[in-house]
Amino acid sequence: MAPQGDPILEVRDLVKHFPLTQGIVLKRQVGAIKAVDGVSFELNRGETLGVVGESGCGKSTLAKLLMALEKPTSGTVKVNGEVVDLHKGSNLKRFRRNIQMVMQDPYTSLNPRMTVGDIIGEPYEIHTEVAPKGDRRKKVQDLLEVVGLNPDHINRYPHQFSGGQRQRIGIARGLALQPEIIVCDEPVSALDVSIQAQVINLLERLQNEFGLAYIFIAHDLSVVRHISDRVAVMYLGKIVEIGKDTEIYDKPSHPYTQALLSAVPVPNPEGRETRERIILQGDPPSPANPPSGCRFRTRCWKAQEICAVEEPLLQIRPGTDHESACHFAEVHDVVGAS
Amino acid sequence: MSDTLTEQKPVKPPKQKRPASLWSDALYDLRRSKVFIIAAVLIAILVVMSIIPGLFSPVNAFDSSTCDLTIARQGVSSAHWFGTDNLGCDTYSRVIYGARISIMVGVFSTLATTLIGGLLGLLAGFYGRWTDTVLSRLAEVFFAVPSTLGALLILAVVGRDNAGIWTVVLALSVLAWPMVLRIMRAAVMSSKSQDYVVAARALGAGPGRIMQRHILPNAVAPVIVVATMNMGVFIAAEAALSFLGVGIQSPDISWGLMIADARNRFLQAPEALLFPALFLSITVLAFVMLGDAVRDAFDPKLR
Amino acid sequence: MKNPSVDTHLLPADSGTIGTEPLLAVDNLHVEFTTRQGVVRAVNGVSYALNAGETLAVLGESGSGKSVTAQAIMGILDMPPARVPKGEIRFRGTDLLKLSENQRSQIRGQQIAMIFQDALSALNPVFTVGWQIAEMFRVHKGMSKKDSYTKAIELMDRVRIPAARQRVNDYPHQFSGGMRQRIMIAMSIALDPDLLIADEPTTALDVTVQAQIMELLAELQRDSNMGLILITHDLGVVADVADKIAVMYGGRIVENAPVHDIYRNPAHPYTKGLLESIPRVDMKGQELYAIKGLPPNLLDMPTGCAFHPRCPFRQDNCVTDVPALHAISGTRSSACHYWREVLDGTAG
Repeated sequence: MAPQGDPILEVRDLVKHFPLTQGIVLKRQVGAIKAVDGVSFELNRGETLGVVGESGCGKSTLAKLLMALEKPTSGTVKVNGEVVDLHKGSNLKRFRRNIQMVMQDPYTSLNPRMTVGDIIGEPYEIHTEVAPKGDRRKKVQDLLEVVGLNPDHINRYPHQFSGGQRQRIGIARGLALQPEIIVCDEPVSALDVSIQAQVINLLERLQNEFGLAYIFIAHDLSVVRHISDRVAVMYLGKIVEIGKDTEIYDKPSHPYTQALLSAVPVPNPEGRETRERIILQGDPPSPANPPSGCRFRTRCWKAQEICAVEEPLLQIRPGTDHESACHFAEVHDVVGAS
Repeated sequence: MSDTLTEQKPVKPPKQKRPASLWSDALYDLRRSKVFIIAAVLIAILVVMSIIPGLFSPVNAFDSSTCDLTIARQGVSSAHWFGTDNLGCDTYSRVIYGARISIMVGVFSTLATTLIGGLLGLLAGFYGRWTDTVLSRLAEVFFAVPSTLGALLILAVVGRDNAGIWTVVLALSVLAWPMVLRIMRAAVMSSKSQDYVVAARALGAGPGRIMQRHILPNAVAPVIVVATMNMGVFIAAEAALSFLGVGIQSPDISWGLMIADARNRFLQAPEALLFPALFLSITVLAFVMLGDAVRDAFDPKLR
Repeated sequence: MKNPSVDTHLLPADSGTIGTEPLLAVDNLHVEFTTRQGVVRAVNGVSYALNAGETLAVLGESGSGKSVTAQAIMGILDMPPARVPKGEIRFRGTDLLKLSENQRSQIRGQQIAMIFQDALSALNPVFTVGWQIAEMFRVHKGMSKKDSYTKAIELMDRVRIPAARQRVNDYPHQFSGGMRQRIMIAMSIALDPDLLIADEPTTALDVTVQAQIMELLAELQRDSNMGLILITHDLGVVADVADKIAVMYGGRIVENAPVHDIYRNPAHPYTKGLLESIPRVDMKGQELYAIKGLPPNLLDMPTGCAFHPRCPFRQDNCVTDVPALHAISGTRSSACHYWREVLDGTAG
């Protein structure tokens, strides 16, 4: 899908630090977990931006910030050119109609005491202007049909459905307000393998049908490649590389992206003995105390003195065609893609 | 492209006996619990007894004209199954009519503590921060007072002349709500962080809707358990306070009061003490058993 | 590194079967659970075999019976509610199911060891990791406290926990997920088992850590020639490390084959569907093939072939007849009436 017109979502220098405090009565701050530390990107209408990274890289906090569920320490989120202000009720309400989310765990994301009809209909009760009362039940049934469930099951409870079906219910709830953007936070990772494809296909079909733009957050690089038009790779609260899916997967230039891609098992045993594998040593450092300069340098095989001193900016580097935050960025195809 | 997206039938509606939700699981367990059935039958009888005591006793014990001083302190007979008391009133009918006060104290104290403790617990757990700090500290102050002693003190201050069912309810509730607050607060805090609450916030739901639709229905189970158990505790406490002379006052009929009246002639007429004591024990036991059964049914760890 | 001087084998090595008898042979194993809703037949006649030094991947989704089979081999099923009404588990020729609990616990840990998905809950939070690893040597080998600690540090080095000597007195929660899994692996290989069962060992871990752990497992296996059963749902991990694969569905094995054969040309519609339904990091696919429908409900299994409600190759007899595991070649078998058509790729 080619980008068209102005971006629908603009994120500028977004920062979220969670303070670490000590003491019970008199709390004093002793540090901060730098969960998201200066993230900027744009999302175009109808486009899918994949966000990948390992646990602790800040991708889930990023999702919460985009949904205005957490207050950013600094930075802005703009939707259709308008800055989202958490303190202005009307602004926030309009914003929520336009951006919705699909969560990871279909077992905990639906209230077990509510019927499917009440769950999917709740958005209309909150945003009463979207649908007059009499139409709501019909609208909920239409939504059930759209996500491939039987509209007659409107009075059932979540526990009467399987994991994949519950994820469809969560998707229907996200669609109810006809948003332009949906933030998907690991939407298939809790599902069985044979069900994942059903949900991925559903998300793609809905995108085509309703012109949705997705932020697709996942740790599974194969799924992200499949669904994304562009991909951002995160490490310790920062984007280290961002580009079109082909640029990231076939021409990765940041060492972390290369290591990440080479670690993904390919479901094809042919040539497995000769396939290049970059095995990173150790664990990611703590986001409370990230390394100076480049955050990846402690695990990087290319690290030089400059990496400890100077933070590499996310920019287009010589010899590459997309942005990468590495002083020594160099295209190197590790996946051996066709 | 939608051909791969075949319309799906939900999992067979559980044709097995039970669906897997907490409430229906609990109901399923309760219906099969002997303890619950015995307790429920006893409580049903007691409730009917307190509403229409006339069903169980032909003599209206609330009417003092039914007492006859000439037949005071008689033993067990066919006319007076449990004998008569100091004033010549029929002990059997007084025991039956005494159920009303016990049940009322139990029900109203439980209602008051559950409403106050539940509401404050909900607010403390939901808003956290200083709301929680203030409410929790306040609760701890009350919690620190031993409840029977505290109630005794309150009633002593109120004085005998003003004492009655409502002062007893007040005295018991004032000291017992913090327990409900603690339980409610813990339950709210755990359901507050659930994904479906996050999802509701993302939809723009306000705090009122989130509490009412999403948190309360998922947090009330432990409070219900405690409330049931408290019912028996309050009934026993009322009897104790009345026995000590600071609770219910004559001419109101209370089992505690009857036991107090009969204690001086226990050796001559044990029935005057034993029958109200027996009813009291059965009532307390019934509520404690009910609470036990309800707790077991709601506790997923016991499955 | 197998130490031949330590003879911990309690089983007679006589039987003369070594060489012909595989290290482990599961034969027509059935496991059922009695639940409130009825009897759940979790494992329904599963057979597979494994030789020393080999890696067998048992592939399946949740509820396929892959973990229950492993727990039966390990002898850690809760009985009741579990029951093994039929079948044999022969380890070096001896049927484990016929042994007493005492004999089995001798084998457990010393000859067959297991690692789990969730290392945090498998480790005891109130003891240091060094104490827990050393315990293996104290209990099973009667070593002194000092010697067992020395061995524990050696093992931690061997599974490449950095600064093992300093970290031996740390508690499990002080380690990252990947490091905890290494500690689990250290404990499991402490007594040089002949067979290691790894139940979803990397599912909870990030990809870069997963790569580290899989590399470690492969290396340990090379050094000690142990047999490895890898239980997973991840077709990528399987392709990377397995020698042969048993695909499970609804408590049965539906396909059994060497790893290259299965990925080149699957002989069961379920395997075929799975392979076509996963997105791949090495190519941008078009729309994914999606296996329709839902995994079977173990309380209410479909008649005939358990996969028939979701199968594009279905014919009438699939609804009524349970397909046997047909031998396709010496090393391959498929439990599909129409395996020939599946191999040819001609959907019915």
